[in-house]
Amino acid sequence: MLKIEGLSIAFRTAEGLRPAVTDMSFEIAPGEILGLVGESGSGKTLMSLAVMGLLPPNAVVTAGRVLDQGTDLLGLPPEALRRRRGAEISMIFQDPIASLDPLYRCGDQVIEAILLHEPIGRRAARARALELFERVRLPDPARAMRAYPHELSGGQCQRVMIAMAIVCRPRIIIADEPTTALDVTVQRQVLDLLRELNREVGAAILLITHDLGVIAQTADRVAVMYQGRMVEEARTADLFARPQQPYTRGLIGAMPQGRQAPGQGLTTVAAAAAGTTRAIALRTPPDPSAPPLLEIRDLDKSYRVPGGLVPGARTVRAVDGVSLSIWPRETLGLVGESGCGKTTLSRLIMRLSEPDSGQMLFAGRDITHLSPKAMVPLRREISMVFQNPYGSLNPRQTVEELVGAPLIIHGEGDAASRQARVARLVEHVGLPRAALSRYPHEFSGGQRQRIVIARALALNPRLVICDEAVSALDLSVQAQVLNLLADLQAEHDLAYLFISHDLSVVEHVSDRIAVMQKGRIVETGPAEAIFAAPRDPYTRALLSAVPRIPGQSARSEETAR
Amino acid sequence: MTRPMRGIVHTLRDLARSRPAIRLWMGVLALIVLVALFGPLMAPQDAFAINPLAVLQGPSAAHPLGTDEFGRDLLSRLLIGIRPTMLVALGATAIAAAGGTTLGIFAAYGPNWLGTTIMRGVDVMLSFPPILLALLAVGFWKSGVSSLIIVIGILYIPHFARVAQAATLQVVRQEFIEAEHSMGAPYRRVVATGILPNILSPLVVQATLTLAAAILLESGLSFLGLGIVPPEPSWGQMIGTARGYLGQNPLYVLWPSACLALTVLAINIIGDALRDHLDPRLRQV
Repeated sequence: MLKIEGLSIAFRTAEGLRPAVTDMSFEIAPGEILGLVGESGSGKTLMSLAVMGLLPPNAVVTAGRVLDQGTDLLGLPPEALRRRRGAEISMIFQDPIASLDPLYRCGDQVIEAILLHEPIGRRAARARALELFERVRLPDPARAMRAYPHELSGGQCQRVMIAMAIVCRPRIIIADEPTTALDVTVQRQVLDLLRELNREVGAAILLITHDLGVIAQTADRVAVMYQGRMVEEARTADLFARPQQPYTRGLIGAMPQGRQAPGQGLTTVAAAAAGTTRAIALRTPPDPSAPPLLEIRDLDKSYRVPGGLVPGARTVRAVDGVSLSIWPRETLGLVGESGCGKTTLSRLIMRLSEPDSGQMLFAGRDITHLSPKAMVPLRREISMVFQNPYGSLNPRQTVEELVGAPLIIHGEGDAASRQARVARLVEHVGLPRAALSRYPHEFSGGQRQRIVIARALALNPRLVICDEAVSALDLSVQAQVLNLLADLQAEHDLAYLFISHDLSVVEHVSDRIAVMQKGRIVETGPAEAIFAAPRDPYTRALLSAVPRIPGQSARSEETAR
Repeated sequence: MTRPMRGIVHTLRDLARSRPAIRLWMGVLALIVLVALFGPLMAPQDAFAINPLAVLQGPSAAHPLGTDEFGRDLLSRLLIGIRPTMLVALGATAIAAAGGTTLGIFAAYGPNWLGTTIMRGVDVMLSFPPILLALLAVGFWKSGVSSLIIVIGILYIPHFARVAQAATLQVVRQEFIEAEHSMGAPYRRVVATGILPNILSPLVVQATLTLAAAILLESGLSFLGLGIVPPEPSWGQMIGTARGYLGQNPLYVLWPSACLALTVLAINIIGDALRDHLDPRLRQV
């Protein structure tokens, strides 16, 4: 049994101690899964590192105890703690491929972990590892034993990590965002496996995640963390049915559930605290009888992948005969798992890479083979919001230069009018005026995405491609950005191509949805129809894997009314 | 003042304000530059006047730093000898930086065949020791400041090209370059605002290293008698000559060596600070 009492952690800074975690207390019984939810920076990972005795050198525990069967782990000498790690406490990390050593075979890494903690021979350890690989249901365990991490998929690597974590039957397992890097269908399988194995192993699992859906599906109890403090702890069903604290209510409200009702945005944490809901602007619905804004016909794009030891290159069809249309003022959601060709498609539409064959028509004009020069005027009409708000802004430019870039590139107005327009745009996306002279690294992820959105809107485009635009953001920030996008769509008559792997987000924002698998569009249709009655087996599998929180279906019917 | 000039002045002023220790080193460097500019005027004696009666003497009232093997005043020779050394170092670094950065960016951002051609050429050049190529070039051509600048400058182009190419390869993979393309930015804008500012840090470091290396190479060539031709003094040439008289006047080798070390140190420290300062992420607020 793991018991944490009044744990406080602070960072040493030049100005003295800055508290990061304050007075956390909870306990986890054997066989129980406690979900710890909180947004980035809420201190949840720091907490887990304290339990493992792996705090970074500039962090100190200022108060509290971490009791494992009555022993205070914080008081143990490093050597004793090291021996406990792996044997009694183990950890499953976020990125399974990065957490396995790329130079060793997966089997050897597990055998190594066994030999480190148990006095058995190599042969016995190998048999044990093989048995474990079967238990975590790796397809073809013998092959997985011989495989290097890069030869397995993300989900398979996470199974190897889980096998390694349970190999010595630990009493405590800390899983830090174990499925965040995985596709939703794989996430489902991994979470099920974790739950099922825990019934046998009987460990106390601390499941850290920002995803309420994962918690709802897996945890027995939930602790909610906000700004280093625990704001609420309850049984999972109770928490979702009757959230007590405004923050928790805000968090649950920020989860996109079902279709966006006209004029009603997602609840943000601030709105929940004030007891209000966020209204969004009403928009004119798209007109399906009008000609489409963007029409894609039979688009193909293949890549040649070097064959490795096998001579000759392999061809991968990243985009395979895709046909899509987007009408003005419409949001088309494009869903699919990683590697299905979503991003290749968006790059093709932006003409950042050349299609092998097919046709793209923008407002009736064929843009498939326009020269880069002829494309320039069209780039005013189509703009893009990128996935990673940390990577898509030049760190050496101020916000003013960043947002003004499209204006300068297209020679729009003079310096004074550009400045005025940039100031308006920045205000429009809800950033303070003072932001203009600052650099991207001074902003949080959500604020950066606002900068990216302001830049995308600078030239009044007609189509905005949002490639995983909210995937890197926290739930409450995601809600703010989704509300902002909805407002802007109404105001500027934008059409969105909304690309995401997150089905609940896509369901929330889209008028129509296209499901992509292995470069092909397997199903398209109105969002309601796809979610109510998916026809394609892949769509069905995708939908059933989405973690739902209790009472969600009732809720979405409510909003639909 | 023109805009880039004002930018440089501002940057230097901010830099001096940001860290007190930097002021000291900026002072040292300013002094060195002053001496390089006005050294001949400051020389207390004729640097070329030979005095066979006072060779290899230690410091005295007449000769504060002593005399060399021909009885010439060392202080005066030091003050004059800085100019060719600094000219060669700065000129060569400027040529290497401009040429190497351009080649490196082309190699990484241009078409594949161009990148391959450039980088293989760079590899070939890097496989020769610079002193050997410098010897060949200077030997066949002529010695003197201008030829040294050009030869050493060209010799260090591959180093810059390597650094610039590696840094550019990393930068062009980032999404903000993609974003520039998606906005329809012309290539020269992508290079000027997207790539160049973001590869500046390693380039500044490389520049300080090259400055130091160019000084050393100049010294080496002069030492071998292929650089600055006697009786014209340069620090490197002085160090080279002084080596033969270590037994008679040990201080002879110390003065130019100490000056050289101090100069290189000042350049390196300011280069480091400049790199941190130019990166808004590392700048101390």
